Amino acid sequence: MALEKITQVTGRGVYVPGDDIDTDRIIPARFMKCVTFDGLGEYLFHDVRKDPSGADKPHPLNEARFAGASILLSGNNFGCGSSREHAPQAIYRAGFRAVIAEGFAEIFFGNSTQLGMPCVSASRDDIRAIAAQIEADPATSLTIDLEAGVIRAANRTFPFTMREANRQSLIDGRWDPIADLLENLPAVDRTASGLPYLAAR
Amino acid sequence: MGKTLFQKVWETHAVATLPNGQTQLLIGTHLVHEVTSPQAFAMLRERGLAVKFPHRTFATVDHIVPTNEIAEPYSDPLAQAMIVELRKNCRDFGITFFDTDTGKQGIVHIVGPEQGITQPGTTIACGDSHTSTHGAFGAIAFGIGTSQVRDILATGTMAIAPLKVRRINVNGRLAPGVYAKDVILHIIRVLGVNGGTGYAYEYGGSVFDRFSMEERMTVCNMSIEGGARVGYVNPDDTTFAYLKGRPYCPQGGEWEAAVARWRAVASDADATYDDTVEIRAEDIGPTVTWGINPGQAIFIDEEIPRTDEGRTESEREGIREALEHMKFQGGEPIRGKRIDVAFLGSCTNGRLSDLQEVAKYLKGRHVAAGVKAICVPGSQGVARVAEELGLDKVFSEAGFEWRGAGCSMCLAMNPDKLIGDQLCASSSNRNFKGRQGSPTGRTILMSPLMVAAAAVTGEVTDAREVFGIAAAPASV
Repeated sequence: MALEKITQVTGRGVYVPGDDIDTDRIIPARFMKCVTFDGLGEYLFHDVRKDPSGADKPHPLNEARFAGASILLSGNNFGCGSSREHAPQAIYRAGFRAVIAEGFAEIFFGNSTQLGMPCVSASRDDIRAIAAQIEADPATSLTIDLEAGVIRAANRTFPFTMREANRQSLIDGRWDPIADLLENLPAVDRTASGLPYLAAR
Repeated sequence: MGKTLFQKVWETHAVATLPNGQTQLLIGTHLVHEVTSPQAFAMLRERGLAVKFPHRTFATVDHIVPTNEIAEPYSDPLAQAMIVELRKNCRDFGITFFDTDTGKQGIVHIVGPEQGITQPGTTIACGDSHTSTHGAFGAIAFGIGTSQVRDILATGTMAIAPLKVRRINVNGRLAPGVYAKDVILHIIRVLGVNGGTGYAYEYGGSVFDRFSMEERMTVCNMSIEGGARVGYVNPDDTTFAYLKGRPYCPQGGEWEAAVARWRAVASDADATYDDTVEIRAEDIGPTVTWGINPGQAIFIDEEIPRTDEGRTESEREGIREALEHMKFQGGEPIRGKRIDVAFLGSCTNGRLSDLQEVAKYLKGRHVAAGVKAICVPGSQGVARVAEELGLDKVFSEAGFEWRGAGCSMCLAMNPDKLIGDQLCASSSNRNFKGRQGSPTGRTILMSPLMVAAAAVTGEVTDAREVFGIAAAPASV
């Protein structure tokens, strides 16, 4: 089953500022009582965006001018906390296709790549500059060029960093490794045979 | 040149290098629970795949189980649907399920070790970030997302890049009233909540040499709160003594051979590390969080930081946001904050030794008026032994509710939740906004004995004073 090669992501952006934005904030645990991931997008940042009565609180994701944005921008250590894949799933299903942040928590980063949602790291100053551009004109088109290693916003170009293996898997269309893993089952058996604790009881 | 345990275990489990350079890593033990598995099993069904190593896959139910009113159907139909789904998946795919009627159910990171499933020199994965707990036994153990749960179910492997290894030495002697929970809260405070990103933490030094397995588990459990996906302690005689005779461990003639293999997996004396951190045990005091991430922590006798004490704009904003949520003022003591709820439990501190240590001091004392206190043994196994020892009576006579096993109020995917802006003294591992089930709820992380002291006095306080724990006499 061939996966799409993801060489770039283009769309409008929205900036959700703050460091250490954790997975409980991204998707509160009570919305994870589900056997599918369907409908998770609706609950993205739920308790940050809604007050107890369900009314909107001030938040960039509630603003009409940012509706339809497909690139999320944030601060350092984005996605820290739980390994729950529900977090990147909620982001993806809310319409986002990439995240630009100062840094990412390890497990969140891997989960996002495996879903085909690139997470790229840029400096605080550059993210602020892009955010200022979006604030001035929410219709600004951003492009994350995974091959060239840059983000383009209006007339400016900003570098990004990303762990090479993850960047390469997106570009090659191998970001979901299941097909590659399944191909090596004979080697799996060989490795297992060298480990006593794997012997069948 | 010597190798670290991480390198040794990685090498024996590396199946292949994948086209993108990552390793296809064999996962020899796969722990499963009801929250992160349903979609993975559904993906297997869609593709017509079987589980590759059903005999190395073990499931339990923990996040959604009520800790009282445990009869089914549960009052929450979503929770009921999830346990039914896991039963169906385990039955259809031939996986051992420690269900609620087996006497072995509990929090997955408590069940694995007590059953002897967690062993040195192995790789262990589970769809839960506190899987780092199992590293206490000298395993490479880490949390994964649901797609990786699928990968391991279908192939026995996953794609992952190796981590760097940071050696953290804690040497010296912990003062009386200072516990393993304080050690890891201190380490996270010092190194930061993202200090460990990209690293495995290898914990060592005289404090760890002396720690019991349960103390090692408390520390390894919270490695991920410091950003480190993996945290481990080298296996030693303490490890082997704990494991001997447990149900899933090698028995009889195989035991000695296993111990020899396990001993050999420990880091070599001449192993090299990406970096090393030295921490003095004497510098660690009873520690409590004051904010909205586990790194925002202070000693019990310190003051809550003021916004202007942040060294960067980002830190100042972090302090400001935390003070606003917690409804604290910078510069105030943390001591004296009135609490509404006391929670003793979780995969961090829900083990027998945690309950025993608290029960020792709780006798004759009583939960303060206006405080709701619950004690949640981490597994049916822990509950059984605790009840044999009469600990349940100590807790209930002191005014704690004695509950059934489960994740409970740590993350409130079950009926145990904070209400409104209640302040909870908690032995769990995360104090993020909304973590304990109410968007305005407030969590203070601390050791089990500190939770008991808060319960008994109705406020955040120094357990050593409440329970008469004297400082160790100065050496002559």
